[in-house]
Amino acid sequence: MENEKHHIVPYRVYILVLIGLLALTFLSIAITEIELGSLSVAGALVFASVKSYFVLKYFMHLKYDKPYIVTMVLFVFAIFVVTIIVTFLDYLFR
Amino acid sequence: MEQEKHVVHDHYDAEASKIGMWLFIFTELLLFGVLFVIYAVYRYLNHDAFHLAAEELDTFIGAVNTIILLISSMTIAMATTALQKKNKMLTIVLAGITLVLGFVFLVNKYFEWGAKFDHGIFPGSVHLTEALSQGEILFFGLYFIMTGLHALHIIIGLVLIAVVMWKVHKGKVHAERAALLENSGLYWHLVDIIWIFLFPLFYLIH
Repeated sequence: MENEKHHIVPYRVYILVLIGLLALTFLSIAITEIELGSLSVAGALVFASVKSYFVLKYFMHLKYDKPYIVTMVLFVFAIFVVTIIVTFLDYLFR
Repeated sequence: MEQEKHVVHDHYDAEASKIGMWLFIFTELLLFGVLFVIYAVYRYLNHDAFHLAAEELDTFIGAVNTIILLISSMTIAMATTALQKKNKMLTIVLAGITLVLGFVFLVNKYFEWGAKFDHGIFPGSVHLTEALSQGEILFFGLYFIMTGLHALHIIIGLVLIAVVMWKVHKGKVHAERAALLENSGLYWHLVDIIWIFLFPLFYLIH
């Protein structure tokens, strides 16, 4: 029996995560203000990825879930990455 | 006592509900994922036009909406904690804050789209098809489809949260039966994650 199925996440954790997410948002706005050319696309995407990592891990409870759910999430992201790679292999080498 | 009877009669399986929700979220991720792939390809093919078109978008309103969604994500996550701590009132208040923030997001979106429409930028408009280049038409097409589909998800999320609030109020969702609140929360966070990518791709990169 799994009676304590859920780890109760303290409010404090959520507040800290929100502060982190807001900081990353402002940083990403600041960094794209600078003209970095194609680097700014990469920069913005890195910031977005870090932010969604925190949302997945803390807000969506993956940190406290059983590992198989994390595995499934990683699998879906792997499918997505493969789709991008295959699509761009096509467009880049036409 | 009544609740105990319920547990005997209903098949309640929090873990199965969660897996089901995640499977649904995967389909959503791939739905938006493919739209992002389309965006990436057209951006690659129409680099300059995308830059030019993105200048039209208001970074400030996009940033405000990002902040709104991030805060609302925190409040709905906190609502689950409150429910698990058996604080019914706080659960409803936190879910209510999420509801209000989601509504404010939509109001911002309304004014943002309204401003575009006033400038003659909407799908199939004369200005769009005659005055702008192919790449800019693609940019605005993707902009309206992706933020529109995202706004539709916000509306669905708001309905879900309203239903959850009602059920918490009625005592049908409580600490031992929290799956509906948790899964609505997961859906709301998904909507948040999609916006986390939409914001830089449409508003920031120019």
